[in-house]
Amino acid sequence: MAGKDPMAYGLRVLNKLAASEALDKFGLRKYAERAVHGGTKAGFKAIGTAQRTFKKVSGDGKGERPTATAATGVFDLTPTEDQQMIVEVVSEFASEVLRPGAEAADEADDTPKEVLAQTSEFGLSLLNIPESLGGLSEERSAVTGVLVAEALAHGDMGQAVACMAPAAVATAISLWGTEGQQQTYLPAFTGGEVPTAALVVAEPTPMFDPFALGTTARRDGADYVLDGLKSGAVRAAEAELFVIAADVEGRGPSMVIVEANTEGLSVAPDPSMGLRAAGLSRVSLEGARVGADAILGSVDDYREMIRLSRLAWAGLALGTAKSVLEYVKEYVVTREAFGEPIAYRQAVAFTVADMAIELEGMRLVTLKAASRAERGEVYAREAALARRLTSEYGMKIGTDGVQMLGGHGFVKEHPVERWYRDLRAIGVMEGAVLV
Amino acid sequence: MIYLETPKKFRGFVRQAHDVAAEFLRANSRKYDLAEHTYPKELDLLAALVDGMNESGTGTGAGAAGVRVKDSDKDKGGVRNGSNMSSVLSIIEMCWGDVGLLLSMPRQGLGNSAIASVATDEQLERFKGVWASMAITEPSFGSDSAAIKTTATKDGDHYILNGEKIFVTSGERSDAVVVWATLDKSLGRAAIKSFVVPKSLPGIRVERLEHKLGIRASDTAVIVLDNCRVPAENLLGDPEIDTSKGFAGAMATFDNTRPLVAGMAVGCARASLEVMRDLIEKSGLTIDYDRSPATQPHVVAEFLRMEADWEAALLMTLEAAWMADNRQANSLQASMAKAKAGRVGNAITLKCVELAGNLGYSETEFLEKWARDSKILDIFEGTQQIQQLIVARRILGLNSSQLK
Repeated sequence: MAGKDPMAYGLRVLNKLAASEALDKFGLRKYAERAVHGGTKAGFKAIGTAQRTFKKVSGDGKGERPTATAATGVFDLTPTEDQQMIVEVVSEFASEVLRPGAEAADEADDTPKEVLAQTSEFGLSLLNIPESLGGLSEERSAVTGVLVAEALAHGDMGQAVACMAPAAVATAISLWGTEGQQQTYLPAFTGGEVPTAALVVAEPTPMFDPFALGTTARRDGADYVLDGLKSGAVRAAEAELFVIAADVEGRGPSMVIVEANTEGLSVAPDPSMGLRAAGLSRVSLEGARVGADAILGSVDDYREMIRLSRLAWAGLALGTAKSVLEYVKEYVVTREAFGEPIAYRQAVAFTVADMAIELEGMRLVTLKAASRAERGEVYAREAALARRLTSEYGMKIGTDGVQMLGGHGFVKEHPVERWYRDLRAIGVMEGAVLV
Repeated sequence: MIYLETPKKFRGFVRQAHDVAAEFLRANSRKYDLAEHTYPKELDLLAALVDGMNESGTGTGAGAAGVRVKDSDKDKGGVRNGSNMSSVLSIIEMCWGDVGLLLSMPRQGLGNSAIASVATDEQLERFKGVWASMAITEPSFGSDSAAIKTTATKDGDHYILNGEKIFVTSGERSDAVVVWATLDKSLGRAAIKSFVVPKSLPGIRVERLEHKLGIRASDTAVIVLDNCRVPAENLLGDPEIDTSKGFAGAMATFDNTRPLVAGMAVGCARASLEVMRDLIEKSGLTIDYDRSPATQPHVVAEFLRMEADWEAALLMTLEAAWMADNRQANSLQASMAKAKAGRVGNAITLKCVELAGNLGYSETEFLEKWARDSKILDIFEGTQQIQQLIVARRILGLNSSQLK
């Protein structure tokens, strides 16, 4: 950390956490009602919740940017002290709050507001916002982002996605926003009540390609008019702000900032196989009009966003896969068949060994990609390989996890069936989370 | 701070190793694949070069000696990138050139790694410059090293060795063989010791050489020990039978050598991937890392899958070496790396032949050769199944009587 006490960053996170008394509240379980999926029959509707208005600040100048981290040149697998401290805090939150609440959140199709409030209180959305704008970040911290995603998903991937969604929007505006965009939107994310926000890239089409978008932004005078159908939007019914991927006329695939109360924007719940706690939704855009200043970043920035988002999903896969491995390890040494623990059989033991081997490999590749990203090096290849590995072996670990428990794995008495459903999101989801 | 690239201080050295691999190994690759059992004389010059580098201290562990942890390495603060790392990096480059020829490098045998790992300083000095091969396997066992039948009987200040050893890499060309033998079969694993047996001694002879699927440049010998008298001071490690320690001493060598074999698989598979990439691009297709594999041609999707597995194998190999350099217990990571690299190295080289069709199957390209060479890397220094056994026992906390 350039010019700064190396402990400072981690300590500030700890301090925020202590001040929030979040740790004391960890015992509190109070679930929101079925906020998103309660009215599934209603179909698409405009977002009716009270919206905050973002006061437009103009300014086309280049926004503040976190700087790239410096390369050490020494092969090293040790996270920095800051990273270790942050991961420790997040891991505690994940094991005390997310894991115990995972089943109920899955059932409720939403993440409790208290949980979301706790994550914003300890500054999850501030990790990539520059200090000068009220955030915590001096340097780009994709590795920290991956480690945090891993730690959160070790608790529960669905709630982790819900917690990380506003941060994705904040991060996008921090990394690629103009001065005006940053001044307009970031203060809300650094304030007391972090807005619900979603980065929406996916579309419900087979073989979806984020570089060949069906959603368009047509130029109309000084404005752009958006049309199309998006999917994989996290907690969209509650959202106050969206960053939406659209094929922008004259530019190509880009990010567009769309406030939730924009006319022509409507949302509908889209309950899916897993990630139930993330309240996945579709967003419909019919003639939704935005100003030219709503375009976020360049086409190259969009490409970068896709890569960083995939790294976040890879990080999430690591955490859930680790949960599966730990659970299965415990199960196979205690469950008996034919008069001895099933772990004594090679067919079982080797399956568990392979889970550990593949998890190690996909973790290292994900960390390599993230570390290249934060040093400002080319990382398209590594990001693609991390996505490939976490998609294939994350799911393999998920399905083997259920298999090792047999029929018991198939019923909700054990969490492996939920992890199985969540892990299928890896390689399918685009956008939504960022590191 | 997490940094998973080739260490800066080894980059020049890796580039040199790559050039050497291209000029000495790849250039002679097909020649010695076809002329099995012919001594690759080109390697003498190269070996002299490596010796010179090691002696001048600039070698940064280019060869088998690299696995030794020197006392001078101890107590240095901070994260170390040492000779385990540089040895692995060097081996990856060399095996990109040719696995069989790397295994034939004079004075860089597995026996040399064993000596470097466990010898006393006096022994190390005495065996300096000796080309040592390694003899563990016997006709009646493979993976089960504890089943060693070759005996070593103390007789004055000598041990008398009797038995038959197979699959001895460089067994004909080496100067000495590190032979694993038991002092007392009834005492099990703890009684197994290794001995440096000079080939010049009476009673040791090369019985025959094997004809193999791949790595044909490397000679694989059957060695017979017939009342071979070996000086007692050639026993490596502790001569006492400590049943509480069991097999640990002898097996410790594997923690150092398994990452090296994983590196061989990584290097060999990289050669195939590079040719495959070239063939894909020449056929007019683009490998696009940003687009999902599902939206790209099958051959490209397969390539991405192979490259992902390869990258995982590479990093797991470097992790195991890095842990050894930093004095962290790495048995688990060494076995995981060997398991992953061994199997993906084999799968990648075979898939590249399949994707390249008759071109890949023909001797006009190297793809078919690498697909033959890679198989042994998932077998020797512990098969795939043995690595899984080790990994499973460690992560499940089971012993060898529970998980057989």
